[in-house]
Amino acid sequence: MTDLYDEIQEIRAHYPEDAASAVLPALRRAQEEHGWLSPDVLREVADALETTPAYCKAVASFYDQLHLTAIGEHLVEVCTNVSCAVVGAQQVVEAFESGLGCRAGETTEDGKVTLRAVECLGGCGWATIVAVDHHYRTHVKADDVPAIVEELTGGD
Amino acid sequence: MATEVQQIVLAGADERDLTKLAEYEAIGGYSALAKARAMTPAEVTDELITSELRGRGGAFFPTGRKWSFVPSKEQIPKPHYLVVNADESEPGSFKDNEIISRVPHRFIEGCLITAHSIDCTNVFVYIRGEYSGPYEILVAALEELRDRADIRGDVTIVVHRGAGAYICGEETALLESLEGQRGQPRSKPPFPAISGLYASPTVVNNVETIVTVPPVIAMGGAEYAKLGVPNTRGTRVVSISGNVVNGGNYEIVPGMSVREIIYDLGGGIPDGRELKAVVPGGSSTVILTKDEIDVGYDFDSLAKLSTSMGSAGIVVLDDRCCIVQLGIRFSEFYEHESCGKCTPCREGTRWLTAILRKLEDGRASERELDLLLDVCDRINGKCLCPLGDSDAIIVASYVAKFRGEFVAHIEQGGCPFGGESSLDHVLAPIQMHSHVPEGNWLEAAHG
Repeated sequence: MTDLYDEIQEIRAHYPEDAASAVLPALRRAQEEHGWLSPDVLREVADALETTPAYCKAVASFYDQLHLTAIGEHLVEVCTNVSCAVVGAQQVVEAFESGLGCRAGETTEDGKVTLRAVECLGGCGWATIVAVDHHYRTHVKADDVPAIVEELTGGD
Repeated sequence: MATEVQQIVLAGADERDLTKLAEYEAIGGYSALAKARAMTPAEVTDELITSELRGRGGAFFPTGRKWSFVPSKEQIPKPHYLVVNADESEPGSFKDNEIISRVPHRFIEGCLITAHSIDCTNVFVYIRGEYSGPYEILVAALEELRDRADIRGDVTIVVHRGAGAYICGEETALLESLEGQRGQPRSKPPFPAISGLYASPTVVNNVETIVTVPPVIAMGGAEYAKLGVPNTRGTRVVSISGNVVNGGNYEIVPGMSVREIIYDLGGGIPDGRELKAVVPGGSSTVILTKDEIDVGYDFDSLAKLSTSMGSAGIVVLDDRCCIVQLGIRFSEFYEHESCGKCTPCREGTRWLTAILRKLEDGRASERELDLLLDVCDRINGKCLCPLGDSDAIIVASYVAKFRGEFVAHIEQGGCPFGGESSLDHVLAPIQMHSHVPEGNWLEAAHG
């Protein structure tokens, strides 16, 4: 049995015995390990939860943070909801697009970075919020973007 | 009225690092828990009723009354659950982010007191998946209590992470999600107090509500109820964002006006611009024009203007903001986040975006403006949950209060801002989805 299998059993122990509650945390854990939820990964999660891959996929497809297609090694998410947008979020998106050489919603050709525009991240007063590998950078301006791009793509 | 700031929820967090158990205990932390445990559960609930605390998630339901609806275990022989809604995703609102990050132990203490009051040993904190920082702080705080059975008692707190879905902030969708399903709202009744998580009696409360419980017990409900104004007692953590000098969270005592919050706390409008409009309580609340901001920032005063404090997210918009574009951006949000269960919401939010886009692009006539309001009517009040209603209500409010700007789009054949609006060409996530048809499907459907 794999480590993931054991970890999912541990997660299941937090919830009542016959509950499916472990699905979301199990999918999250699997994605942290594999990067995205491929059909093989969905099967692995389903087996560990004694359910079907179809069930896992039906749940996963509802949630924005669970990826059913491959994403890059790094994930850059720019909030473009109103509070960020009125202080320049679109300029931040465009700076990432030109710095990374890919459009929002795409991954760089070398598979290194995926860029997304996302809905409100809940940091509106510290706009623009950019989540880099799930951790928030606050007060990001277009001028700050080249340094972030360098941080993610530099070194090779 | 003077600008009044008093800290109850965030008390002590400016002076000390209250993420640490020792620091929190040094200022009397967890003593309210001891006090509550010396009381009967009914006495604790009564104290909350006396305090007049109302839910801070946006629905304003009296907290003590909600707890009192939980049936006894003789009536329904099932475990009771406390589920804390930390799925804060309302555009403009970021108070729970700061509360969990800065006073996690006060929040945990609130969970434990509430658990005592509703006779429950299992607490689930449903925290939005994007909040990695607050999640890590909360888990570290819980870890500090691992060897503190004196504090934990027989209560288990599980932190359950969401995975990116605004609708999971709706309490029944949250429960569905927590049960391992797609986050689609349930029809009510039954209400969660009778049949909630795992079909058991469940109290669902917002983070700010729960973190207010320890101070209420510590100072006494009657004392707490002396703060604020009728129907909005105690303090409120207000999030200020948008075109404002000092964006951030401010804990206020209700009684202030929106103007005082924006100018005295938020520092006013930057860049020498003029105020245009204010979203008072998160994206889903009816907009205020610049002439309406002397209204008191409390439940009753805002209700007179048909709007609400909601989740207390104030979004300040200056004179560069095109109101049609504001409608587009928020409608794109609701369209993206609609769970798809109810037809009026699933289809209607898409129609609102499309009609607003047509107006913005100068392809609309007066007929589209009527159609827009007609679609609002066909959504509002016809769905299981408030998501679709929110889109309909706010768009209708933009037309009602800024009709001249909509008409200008029609008469000038496009946006009067000529590309200079602060919301011009903003990329919304829904635009990245390939299943959204390109081109003129609206014209194809409507002619």
